[in-house]
Amino acid sequence: MADVDTQRDAVIAALDNVAERLTAEKSYLTDLDSAIGDADHGSNMQRGFSKAAEKRDEFADMDPDDIVKTIGTTLISNVGGASGPLYGGSIMFASQELDGGITAETSVAFAEAYLDKVKDRGGAQVGSKTMVDALVPAVHTYKKSIEQDDLPPLEALAKAVDAAERGVQFTTPIKALKGRASFLDWRSVGHQDPGATSTLFIMEELLATAEEYLDGDVERDARAADAVRRDE
Amino acid sequence: MIGLVVVSHSAKAAEGIADVAAQMGGGNARIVPAGGEDGGIGTSPDTIREAIEEADDGDGVVVLVDLGSAVMNTELAIEMATDVNAAIADAPILEGTLNAAVETTSKKATLQSVVERAEEAREYRKLN
Repeated sequence: MADVDTQRDAVIAALDNVAERLTAEKSYLTDLDSAIGDADHGSNMQRGFSKAAEKRDEFADMDPDDIVKTIGTTLISNVGGASGPLYGGSIMFASQELDGGITAETSVAFAEAYLDKVKDRGGAQVGSKTMVDALVPAVHTYKKSIEQDDLPPLEALAKAVDAAERGVQFTTPIKALKGRASFLDWRSVGHQDPGATSTLFIMEELLATAEEYLDGDVERDARAADAVRRDE
Repeated sequence: MIGLVVVSHSAKAAEGIADVAAQMGGGNARIVPAGGEDGGIGTSPDTIREAIEEADDGDGVVVLVDLGSAVMNTELAIEMATDVNAAIADAPILEGTLNAAVETTSKKATLQSVVERAEEAREYRKLN
């Protein structure tokens, strides 16, 4: 991607988009969490990212990796529950991969570091009915698309979002093995995982921002907005 | 002396467990409760980090946790706490804290010995 000013603008725009999206999806995420958790995922995520977005004045002179790190620390202090360390701590940890600026290469390193930290901290695997079910296919798809298939980052990200969406769908029929939901045992079956869902929403907003900054739209196999549509 | 921190989703639970364990430790144990989040149910890495720093007198701190986010937030708090040698004991929170409190008052206590005593509480049977 372009110069440091553009990268900074892109990071702030992505944060704004994520904060706005999580505000819009607050009740939906909380509804998902009320079925198998403690009914606070929507408000926690909304609060955390909105607090981070409020720091835009501080971001004016910061490098992109420092902005991402600050977003992480803000989430740690404001999200609460397990989502604080999982989302905030992992973003904070992975931000060091963006030290050299945001490129196809560093974004892959960021994604892998983020996934590693989430798995390490939470101890979840694919099939545990957590955000890992969305993250693993997304990160692996992104890495493969860039490193093996030589796709442009935007196209790689679009494929990653599709992979995340299929991961979200995969969480519904399985039994939770981690977190509060695991105490419900079989009663967790049939409910979509809130953490996988918010992960997908964040990734969709990263894609929307990337479309804006990387100049051009891309085709997606499926529109996640349709897949997770609720009754309204 | 090794310090103890009791991390629970409930501030009342953390305080109550610390009270019971303090009695077992003969009133000498250094036990700091870190419970709740913004006055509600939950755990906060900032609250836990402050408790860890408060409980440390230079010898280190053993943290007893309840479940879920208490574990993750404590791991994060330990990473954030400056210059404190701290470890989490994988133990039932009440029984583990009692065991740990007794051990900390021993002259030979180390971070490792306190963790081990706390974790021995996993073997307790309440009925035969």
